[in-house]
Amino acid sequence: MMYIRASIFFLGVLAALFLGWAGLTLIPGIQIREIKPASGLQPYTDQQLHGRAIYVREGCIYCHSQQTRPEGFGADQKRGWGRPSVPGDYVYDRPHLLGTMRTGPDLFNIAARQPSEDWHLIHLYNPRATSPGSLMPPYPWLFKEDEVFSKEVYAARGERVIPVPEEFAPKGKVIIATQEALDLVAYLLSLNHTYPVEEER
Amino acid sequence: MNPDQETFNINESPELSSRILADASVSGPVIAFFTSAVFWLLIGTVFGLIASIKFNFPDWLGATPALTFGRVRPAHLNAVIYGWASMSIAGCYIWLTARLCRTEVVWPKFLYISALLWNLGVVYGIISILNGHSQGMEWLEFPRAAVYLITAAAVCFSLSILRTFQMRQVKHIYVSLWYILASVIWFPILYVVANLPLYSGVTQAAANWWFAHNLLTVWVTPAGLAAAYYFIPKVIGRPIHSYYLSLLGFWTFALFYNWNGIHHLVGGPLPTWLITTSIVASVLMFIPVITVAINHHLTMVGHFGKLKYSPALRFVVFGAMCYTAVSFQGSIEALRSFSEVAHFTHYTIGHAHLGLYAFFTMILFGAIYYIMPRLLKWEWPYPVLIKFHFWLVATGVTLYVVSMTIGGLLQGFYMNDASRTFMDSVQVTKPYLFARSIGGVLILMGHLFFIYIFTLMVTRKGAIRRTPPWREEAEASPR
Repeated sequence: MMYIRASIFFLGVLAALFLGWAGLTLIPGIQIREIKPASGLQPYTDQQLHGRAIYVREGCIYCHSQQTRPEGFGADQKRGWGRPSVPGDYVYDRPHLLGTMRTGPDLFNIAARQPSEDWHLIHLYNPRATSPGSLMPPYPWLFKEDEVFSKEVYAARGERVIPVPEEFAPKGKVIIATQEALDLVAYLLSLNHTYPVEEER
Repeated sequence: MNPDQETFNINESPELSSRILADASVSGPVIAFFTSAVFWLLIGTVFGLIASIKFNFPDWLGATPALTFGRVRPAHLNAVIYGWASMSIAGCYIWLTARLCRTEVVWPKFLYISALLWNLGVVYGIISILNGHSQGMEWLEFPRAAVYLITAAAVCFSLSILRTFQMRQVKHIYVSLWYILASVIWFPILYVVANLPLYSGVTQAAANWWFAHNLLTVWVTPAGLAAAYYFIPKVIGRPIHSYYLSLLGFWTFALFYNWNGIHHLVGGPLPTWLITTSIVASVLMFIPVITVAINHHLTMVGHFGKLKYSPALRFVVFGAMCYTAVSFQGSIEALRSFSEVAHFTHYTIGHAHLGLYAFFTMILFGAIYYIMPRLLKWEWPYPVLIKFHFWLVATGVTLYVVSMTIGGLLQGFYMNDASRTFMDSVQVTKPYLFARSIGGVLILMGHLFFIYIFTLMVTRKGAIRRTPPWREEAEASPR
C-alpha cells in the first residue's frame, strides 16, 4: 500500500512537469517549426553574427527588447517602432534575444530609425554624447585612443576615427573604433524588419 | 562533545533520540551547504548593489569590461539563484528530510561531493559571465561546463535525499516532505531539459521562460513552502490548520504552476493560445496560494506574540506573508491589461525581489537561524545582531519593492503614452532607482551582520548553548 501510494505520488509529480513542458515548448515548437523565414528576412552575415555575439557578451538584452507590440497594446505602433513582430522574423536567431526589459528602447527596427553608423559608434563610446540623460553604460573597450595625426594617416591604416563631441573625448586624443565596435554596429544596422509580412500572429 | 548529554537521558523518548541521531548525521553536509550559500549571498548582494548603483551613476566602473552592467546583472542573478538559493535549499532539504523521515541521512559522501561540484559550477559560471562567455539567455547564462557540474551536483544531492526517504522510519508523510520530494525530482530534470540544444527562434524564447519561471515552481517556491509548513507549526507548537487543504494546495500547485512561464512574453511574437494558456494558469494559482495562505496564516492566529521571542519564526512568518502578497501580485501581473503597463519595466524587478527575497530568502534565513544551533549545539552569539539583521533587510526590501513598483508603473504609463518621448520614461524612474540603491545598501548591511554571526557560529566563537534544543522542543512539541 505504501509503495503504491509513493508510486502514484512520483508519477503525478513527473506528469505535472512533463505536461507543462509539452504544452509550453513541445507543442508550440511543432506548430512553429512549420513557419518559414519571413520573405524579406536576410540571414546574418559573418560580421553581423560576430556583432551579435558581442551584443550577447555585453548583455544588451538586459535593457533592450527585440519585439514590437501590436496596435492597441502599448504605444509601439504609435511611436513608429514597426509592425508587430512575427515568429518568421526570428528563424535565424540563436540564442533568441527577445528580451523582457525596456530600460532602453526596443531595437527590433533600430536600423530603420537610426541608420547612421557614426551615431551608433559615438553612442557606444559614450551614450550621453548622443542621448543626454541616458542610463546606458559606456563601452570604451570597444574603442582605442590615439594621438592626433592627419586624417590621411588613419585612412592609410584603414582605421575609423569616431567624431566624438569635444567635451566627451579625452584631451589631445582621437577615438578609433575597433573591429568589435564595427561588428556590433553592423549587427545593429541589420536590425531592420520593416519589410511586409503576410502572416498574422 | 555536548556537555548536556550527561544530564539529559536521550533514551527517555525514541522520538527525541531519533532527532538527535538525525541531526548528528546531517550536521557536516548541512553546514557545508549553508556556509557555501552564505558566501554566495555576499557575492550576489555585492553584484546586485553594483548593478543598482550603475543606474544612478552610469559611468561608474564604466571602463572595466567585467563590471559592465550587462555582465554584473547576470552575475548577480546567477550567484543568488545557483549559489545562495540553491545551496541554502540543499542544506535545508537535507535537514528537513532527515527530521521528517526520522532517520539518519544516507550517503553523506554524495552530499559533500554535491556541495563541492555545486560550488565549482557556480564559480566557473560566474567567472565565465564576467569574462563575457554567457550563453545569452536569462537564467541560462552559465556555459556548458558549469551546467555539467551543477547537473552532477544536483543528481548526487537528489539521489541522497530519495534514498534517505526510502529508509524512513515514519508512516505519515508530512506536507513539507511532499514539496521536498517533488522538488528533488523536478529540479535536475528541468535543468537538463532546458539546457538541451533543441530550440531556436521564438521556440527558444518559450523554452527559456518555461525554464526560468519553472525554476521557481520546482525549486525555489517548494523550498520556501516546505520550510514554512515545517517551522510555523513547530515553533508555535500547534498543528497546521487543515491537512486536507495542504493536500489540495500541493496538487493544484504542481498542476498549475508548471504552466506559468509564457506570461513573461505577453504581447510578444508567439501564438496567442500559448500566452493565454500561461495567463489562465497564472490566475488559477489563486487556488494553491489561498490554500497555503489559510494554512500558514490561520495556524499563526493567536500566536503572534511568539514572534517576539523566536527570531526564526519572525523571519519565516514575514516570508510566508510575502508569499501570499507576491503570488496575488503575480496572478494579476499576468493579465494582459496589467502586463501592457508593467511588462518591460522595473515593476517586474520589484516583483522578482518580493518573491525571491521577501518571501524565499527571509524564510531561508529563519530556517538557518533554527537549524544551526541544533547542529552545532551552540547558541547564536549576539542576539541583538539578529534583530539588526531582520530590521535592516525587512526595511531594505520594503523600500526596494515599493520604489520599483511605483517607478515601474510610472515608467510603463510614460512608455505607453506616445505623446511623451521614450526618454521621459527613463527620466521618471531615476529617483526610484536611487531609492532602490538605498534599499540595497540596507540589505547589504543586514547581510554583513548575518554573515558575521554566522561565521562566529561556525567557528564556535560565540557563547555555548545552555539549554539543549531537544528539551525546548519536547516542551513545545505538538504531539
